Amino acid sequence: MASQDISPGTDSGKASLLNDPKFRGYLFQILAVLVIALLGYWIVNNTIENLQRARLATGFGFLDGRAGFDISSSPYLTYSSDSTFAKALLVGILNTLTVAVAGIITATILGFIVGIGRLSHNWLIRKICTVYVEIFRNVPPLLVIFFWYSGVLAVLPQARQSVALPFGTYLNNRGFYVPSLILGEGAWLAGVAFIIGIVAAFFVKRWAHKRQMATGQPFPANLTAIALIIGLPILALAIKGFPLTLDYPILGAFNLKGGSQVGPEFISLYLALSFYTASFIAEIVRAGIRGVGKGQTEAAHALGLRPGTTTRLVVVPQAMRIITPPLASQYLNLTKNSSLAIAAGYPDLFAVGGTILNQTGRSLEVVVIFMIVYLSLSVLTSLFMNWYNAKMALVER
Amino acid sequence: MGVSASKFLVATSALLLAASGACAATLDIVKEKGFLQCGVNTGSAGFASPNDKGEWAGFDVDYCRAVAAAILGDGTKVKFTPLSSKDRFTALQSGEIDVLIRNTTWTLSRDTQGFDFTGVNYYDGQGFMINGKKLTGITSALQLSGATICLQAGTTTELNVADYFKANRMEYNPVVFEKLEEVNNAYDSGRCDVYTDDRASLHSIRLRLASTADHIVLPEIISKEPLGPAVRQGDPQWADIIRWTHYALLTAEELGITKANVDEMVKSESPEIRRVLGQEQNTKLGTDLGLTNDWVVNMVRAVGNYGEIFDRDLGAGSRLKIDRGINALWTKGGLQYPMPIR
Repeated sequence: MASQDISPGTDSGKASLLNDPKFRGYLFQILAVLVIALLGYWIVNNTIENLQRARLATGFGFLDGRAGFDISSSPYLTYSSDSTFAKALLVGILNTLTVAVAGIITATILGFIVGIGRLSHNWLIRKICTVYVEIFRNVPPLLVIFFWYSGVLAVLPQARQSVALPFGTYLNNRGFYVPSLILGEGAWLAGVAFIIGIVAAFFVKRWAHKRQMATGQPFPANLTAIALIIGLPILALAIKGFPLTLDYPILGAFNLKGGSQVGPEFISLYLALSFYTASFIAEIVRAGIRGVGKGQTEAAHALGLRPGTTTRLVVVPQAMRIITPPLASQYLNLTKNSSLAIAAGYPDLFAVGGTILNQTGRSLEVVVIFMIVYLSLSVLTSLFMNWYNAKMALVER
Repeated sequence: MGVSASKFLVATSALLLAASGACAATLDIVKEKGFLQCGVNTGSAGFASPNDKGEWAGFDVDYCRAVAAAILGDGTKVKFTPLSSKDRFTALQSGEIDVLIRNTTWTLSRDTQGFDFTGVNYYDGQGFMINGKKLTGITSALQLSGATICLQAGTTTELNVADYFKANRMEYNPVVFEKLEEVNNAYDSGRCDVYTDDRASLHSIRLRLASTADHIVLPEIISKEPLGPAVRQGDPQWADIIRWTHYALLTAEELGITKANVDEMVKSESPEIRRVLGQEQNTKLGTDLGLTNDWVVNMVRAVGNYGEIFDRDLGAGSRLKIDRGINALWTKGGLQYPMPIR
């Protein structure tokens, strides 16, 4: 080990390698990696040995087996009790994704509104926003889920006394029922028109921005974009003679039948996650806006920019640099908190996986799947937010 | 990355510790720590729930006490771990509990997944409960097509109901919860039309609902639910103790040994009673099992015989008033048949 690299004749020239900071750095890093690798090997080996001793089978082959249980909500895949465990897990993952994405969008919008509201000059708005933040930030998320599930949604009327809302929608304690759109022949054209609309709107925005930069003349790009995205599909439908029919929900023996249904399990989880996370986002937004120097606003005013334009063009872009990194953590929190879904009976990954774990007894495998999925979701979110952060970061010229 | 990796380490090492803990003989562990750690239901009146004095009571609880009395001579030396249906097997596998007595159905797949069932202390079947006042005119489970059904996650119930509705070409919408209390709330608030569970549990839940008389249990029995204690695989001595606890409680009923008369029965002349109660000269029946020879005496003194337990917790002496039915002794036309203690 003590390989003192001393060549003959230069006995006083070189110091011991151990005193070389560079060599020492490498040595300790290699040792640390070795220790971790050994620990990992020992853990895996010991686990396998103990599993064998307890006569437990291992491996992921069980995922091909017939699930045998039903899942209440599978909006994207056709799932039945004849499907495999793997498909059941996939349904769970998609449900987790749905509630996480919907929750992130709503929490962001709500959080920005409340965060800006806390800085409002209006006393009432400011206080309402403060109360909101303090209440939801200081209550555990599980309690917020129960609040929505048992406190708000369960007191809605029974199926037979559904509240009829406009446009053929109904609300009862089984969820929110909306008429579903049945696409007839030629409806594909509307879809194509919709995509064309989005692409066209993108180019119009770019062109308008360029023109304003060059000539200073503004163009109503937002209105044009909305008109393109909504107008084109309607035009397409009109050409085809409106090939759409609506399937209205009607009262059946037990529930409303037909139409599309959003269950109270999803609604309560989605609202709870959104409201809970929004309170944290609000504080992040407030801190971000506060973090932009007052001089920036004053300078913008001095240049003659109006307050709205000042906020949009001067304050928010700078605040975003402060807001983005902590915002990413909140998105990760929301995704992970969605594993509380089973408390409200929503079949997310954790709930479905728990059932599978129980029916097959493969706890180790299912827990490993849990970790891989949540880790991947978190890493993907982080990557996206890091990319966005880099894009927003100060570009030094 | 660092956090997740360390989490993985913690989780894995927890599993490791648990798995290695499972190897030592459970009997020695129980004797050493001086109490039995028994996994029971979180709250199912009649099977396991805290009573008005805050003590655990019920059919499964009495079985836990019987095991504790057989091993330690004292039926109060039990600690109870309330478990949801989803967590119960993990708790048993990890060694958190010594024995699982939580109205658990004996199935082939569970028996081969690292558990051993030691007997059937209650023969049950799955049924359906509805609010008869709200759903007038429904008298059979075959009329339930389109219904929303509340149930507990990770149970055989979940699988049976899927099979039953598929076989009868009916549709349903399951709402699955982890805890019994959550299912109760959802059913009570009208989120579901139907509550499905083992019939004894349904009767027990019915008593807890606001308007008990409105709720009816439909006549169909859609599955066999043999409920019994489960232990970890690979510890035959421990499995034997739990198995023979059950048989001894049944034998006591057969022989008319009760909580009240057990101390007199010890002096009985009958060779069979003397043998069961460990009064035979140089008997080794108890010690061969790893217990003392008066294990049956301790057990009956603590909780009574099978018939007494049933009566007190589920039958005529309880609020549930469940009929002995197929759980009667084999001599009275039931299925409960103890193996001979000799």
